[in-house]
Amino acid sequence: MNGLVVLRILGLLLALFSLTMLPPVAVSWLYNDGAWPAFAQGFLVVLATGLALYLPLRRHRAELRIRDGFLVVSGFWVVLGFAGAVPLLLIEIPIMSFTDAVFEAVSGFTTTGATVLVGLDTLPHSVNWYRAQTHWFGGMGIIVLAVAILPVLGVGGMQLYRAETPGPMKDTKLTPRITETAKALWITYVGLTVVCATSYRLAGMTWFDAICHAFSSIATAGFSTHDASFAHFDSAVIEWLAALFMFLGATSFALHFYAMRRLMPDIKFQVQGRRPRIEWPHRRKTSVRGAINGYLQDPEFRAFMLIQALLIAGIAGYLAIRGHHAPGESLTKAVFQAVSVGTTTGFTSTDFSAWPGALPVILILASFIGGCAGSTSGGMKVLRWLLIFKQGWREMVRLLHPNAVIPVRLGERGVPTRVAEAVWGFFSVYIVVFCIMMSVMMFIGLDQVTAFSSVAATLNNLGPGLGEVSSTFGTVPDAAKWVGIAGMILGRLEIFTLLVLLTPEFWRR
Amino acid sequence: MKILILGAGTVGSTAAESLSEENEITVVDLNGRHLRELQDRLDIRTVEGHASHPRVLEQAGAADADILVALTDSDETNMIACQIAYSLYRTPVRIARIRASEYTSRRELFTNKTIPVDTIISPEQLVTEHIEQLIHYPGAHQVLDFAEGRVRLVGLMARSGGPLIGQELRELRRHIPHTDARVAAIYRRSPIPPVGNEEPVYETILPEGDTVIRSNDLVFFLAARKDIRVMMSELLKLEHPARSIIIAGGGHIGFELARRLENTNRVKVIERDHERARFIAERLKHAVVLTGDAVDEDLLLEENIDKVDVFCALTSAEEANILSSFLAKRMGASRVIALINRPSYAKLVEDQYVDIAVSPQQITLSALLAKVRGMRLDVGQVHALRSGAAEAIEAVAHGDTKTSRVVGKAIEHVPLPPGTTIGAIVRDDEVLMAHHDTVIQAEDHVILFLTDRSQIPAVEKLFQVSVTYT
Repeated sequence: MNGLVVLRILGLLLALFSLTMLPPVAVSWLYNDGAWPAFAQGFLVVLATGLALYLPLRRHRAELRIRDGFLVVSGFWVVLGFAGAVPLLLIEIPIMSFTDAVFEAVSGFTTTGATVLVGLDTLPHSVNWYRAQTHWFGGMGIIVLAVAILPVLGVGGMQLYRAETPGPMKDTKLTPRITETAKALWITYVGLTVVCATSYRLAGMTWFDAICHAFSSIATAGFSTHDASFAHFDSAVIEWLAALFMFLGATSFALHFYAMRRLMPDIKFQVQGRRPRIEWPHRRKTSVRGAINGYLQDPEFRAFMLIQALLIAGIAGYLAIRGHHAPGESLTKAVFQAVSVGTTTGFTSTDFSAWPGALPVILILASFIGGCAGSTSGGMKVLRWLLIFKQGWREMVRLLHPNAVIPVRLGERGVPTRVAEAVWGFFSVYIVVFCIMMSVMMFIGLDQVTAFSSVAATLNNLGPGLGEVSSTFGTVPDAAKWVGIAGMILGRLEIFTLLVLLTPEFWRR
Repeated sequence: MKILILGAGTVGSTAAESLSEENEITVVDLNGRHLRELQDRLDIRTVEGHASHPRVLEQAGAADADILVALTDSDETNMIACQIAYSLYRTPVRIARIRASEYTSRRELFTNKTIPVDTIISPEQLVTEHIEQLIHYPGAHQVLDFAEGRVRLVGLMARSGGPLIGQELRELRRHIPHTDARVAAIYRRSPIPPVGNEEPVYETILPEGDTVIRSNDLVFFLAARKDIRVMMSELLKLEHPARSIIIAGGGHIGFELARRLENTNRVKVIERDHERARFIAERLKHAVVLTGDAVDEDLLLEENIDKVDVFCALTSAEEANILSSFLAKRMGASRVIALINRPSYAKLVEDQYVDIAVSPQQITLSALLAKVRGMRLDVGQVHALRSGAAEAIEAVAHGDTKTSRVVGKAIEHVPLPPGTTIGAIVRDDEVLMAHHDTVIQAEDHVILFLTDRSQIPAVEKLFQVSVTYT
C-alpha cells in the first residue's frame, strides 16, 4: 500500500470536486439571493485543501493496487461529506450546525435524500440548487466522473471504479477502456437527466424546479425544493413522469447505454484522442426493437419490473378497498409512492406513513430490494435478491430430487459460485450491520418504529422513514444523525468497501 | 483501434499486453480465471464464453471492432469466428491463426465469399520459413523481410575473422565498394560478467561513422537481398553454405522444412513414429527418412553426426529438443537449431549448447503484432527484435510535402524521435540505403529502426498525414 499515492489522488479528487461549487455561485447570481459568498469561499477552501495535498505529491506516481482503490474510495467519500458541508456551514440562511451540515451533505452525495431542514421553499435558490446538485454528482459517482475525465489514473481507474459502483458483478465493462466506460456511463446519465428536466418543464414545473427535481429523480435521491415534495405540484402528470424517471434511474445504466447505442448507432462514445478507425459502410443500424429487447431480455430488469408491478398492484388495491384516497387518485399515489420508495428515491406526494395497514412497513421493506445493480439506486439491489431467491428455490427442488444438478442461472448463463457466495456474504453482513445500527439508534433514545425506519432510510439510501423521521431528520439527537451518516456512506459504498478497511488483514503487508 | 482477441492463451495474452497501450482491446476466452488475471493487470475488457458464438461476439463488441484476431486452439473455431464476425457484424479486418496445412495450402478458401479471413497466421509456416532462412544465412540470428523480401534485416553475432571487426564503420565502403548495406544497431554485451542466473546486460550503440564493431557484438544490418551474404562475410568468417542437414522430428515443421531443402541440401529426417515416418517418406523425393529416436547415440553416429552442418531439433516436446541438441552438439554437429517455446529455457541453453533457439510462440506473436500494428500505422510491418527490446518498422510515406512531415525532406531533416534511425528506403523495386541527403518521396517504403519501443507512437505520428484520413 502506498499512502502518498492515495493522498495524491484524494487531493486531485478534492480539487476536482471544488469545481462543483461554482454552478451554485452562478445560480445565486442569477436569482440574486445573496448566498454566493458561501459557495465562493467553499470553493476556495476545498480547492486549497485539494491542491495542498496534490501539489507536493504530484510527482509521486505509482500503480494503484486493489487495496489502494478501497482506501481512496472510502477516504474520499468520508472527506466528501465534510468538504460538501463547508458551504452549508458558511451560509447565513439557514444557519446549520456542524452535524446538520455534514448530515445534509452526506445525505446529498449518497442520494439518500433525508433532510434536516424545514422551510425549503424559503431557502435561497442557490442552496436548493446545491442540494440537488450533490445528489446528481453522487448518483453516478464523482470518482467514476474522475475516472472518465482524468486520464492519469490508468489501470488503477478500474480499482476505483470497482470500489464505487454498486452490484455483485463489476468486472463487466461497457467498453474496453475503463475511462471510456466511465465516460459512456456519464454521457448516458447526462442524457437521461436532460430528457427528464425537459419533460418536467413541459409538464408545468419552472425550469429551476424541473432541473433540481431531474437531478434528484435520475439520481434516485429525494431532495426536493419544497417542503411538500411532489405534493406541492399537485399534478398527476408530474407524478407519473417522476415515477417513470425514477424507474429509469433505478435501471442499470449499462442497459441504457446499450439501448442508446442501438437507437443512435452513429454517436461516437469514444472521445479519446486520435485513433485511426477503419470505416466500413452500413455496419451499424438503428433498431428500436433491438433497444427494447435489450431491456426485456435482461433477467434483472424483468425481476425489477415484476417487483414494482406487484408492489403497485398491492398498494393500489388495498388503498382502493380501504377508500383512503379519492377514487381515481389511489392508482396515481400508489404508482408514485411505490416507485419512489421502491427505487430508494424518497419523494413523497402524500404522507405514506399514515397509510392504513401494513402499507408503510411494506414500502420501507421494499427499499431493501432497491433498484438494479449498476444504477443510481440504493438498497441491496434486485440482482442480489434474484440470486438469493433462485438459490432458495434450488434448495426446495433439491429436497424433492436429492441427486438433481440445479445450476443457478441468470438468463441463459450459469452464475459462478464465487458470485453466489459473495451475495450471501453481502446479505448477512447487511443484516448484521442493520441490526447493530438499529440497536444503537434505540439506545440513543429513538422509539422502535423510528429506529427501524431511520436505519432503513439511511442504509438503503432511501430518505424518509416512519414515525419521527417521516419527513425530516431535524428533530432526532445529534448522535442519531452521526449513526445515520455512517449508515448512508455504508449503504452507498455497499458496506464492504468501507468495512474492509476495518479488517486487520487490510493493513497487513 | 478496437481489437477483439479470441483466445487468451500464451500468444493471445501476450498480444493483448503488447497492444493494450495503444489500442482498445477485448479478449474472449472460455477460462474465466485467465481473463480475471489479465483484466487485473491490463486496462482491457474481457468476455467469458465460446469464441465463435454470435452472442459472445456481440457482447465483446464485434459490431464495433476494427480488427478481429482469432487465436483459439482450434483452427475451426477461428475460421468460424471470422465467418460470423464478417456475416453478422461486418468486422472489417479478420486475422486468424490456422495451423493445419490442409487449410492453409488452399488459399482459394479464404475469400470474402467463402471463409472471410483476411490474413492467415500459420505458425508452422512462419517457423519453417524462419528456420530455412537461418540455414541459408549461417551465423544469422534473425532474418526479417521488408518490402516483400526486397530488403532484409539480419541480426548476427560478429566474430573475429570478419574483415570489418575492429575497424571503423566508415571503412565499410572501402571494403565492399559495390554493395550498399547499413548497420542499423549494435548491442554490446557489457564487460561485467553476469552474476549467477542473470542475463547478460547489453548496451545499445547507435552506429556512427567512427563506431568500431568488436567481436561478440550483436549487429543488425539492412541490405538488399543479393548483398546479404557479402555483408555477412564482413562481420564473421562466413561458413560455407550448409550442405548436410539432420532434422529431428517429422511433424508439420520438420516435414515442410525437409521438403523445401531437399533439392539443394542433403537432408535426413529422424522420426520416431513408424506410420508418420512412412507418410513423410512417401512424400519426400530426395530426403532420407529414418525411424528412431533423436537421442539415440548409435543412430546419430551411424548417420555421421560429426559431419553434419546443421542439426535441427523440431519435435513438439521442447525438453526433448533441448536434450537431442545437447547430444548432437557434443557429438560434433557444427550448428544446432532447436524449437524452444519457454523463454526461460531458451535463455538457459542459447549460446552454450544450442546455437539458435527458435520460439514458435514468439514468431507467431511477432508476425501477428507486425500485421496489427502495420494496419494501425498503414504500413507494411512492425517487427520486434531482441524479444521486443527494439523494433523495426516499415512505414509508407503518404501525402505530399504539405500534408506529410516526411515527404520531400532529406533524411537529415526528418524530425526523428530519439533512438530512431532510418535504415533504407524502397522506391518501387529499387532499394536505396539511407544517406543523410536521400530525399523521401511519396509512397516510399521507409524502413526505420527503433531502439526504444516507447517511441513507436512518435513514429506513428510522424508518418500520419495531417488531414484526417479514414
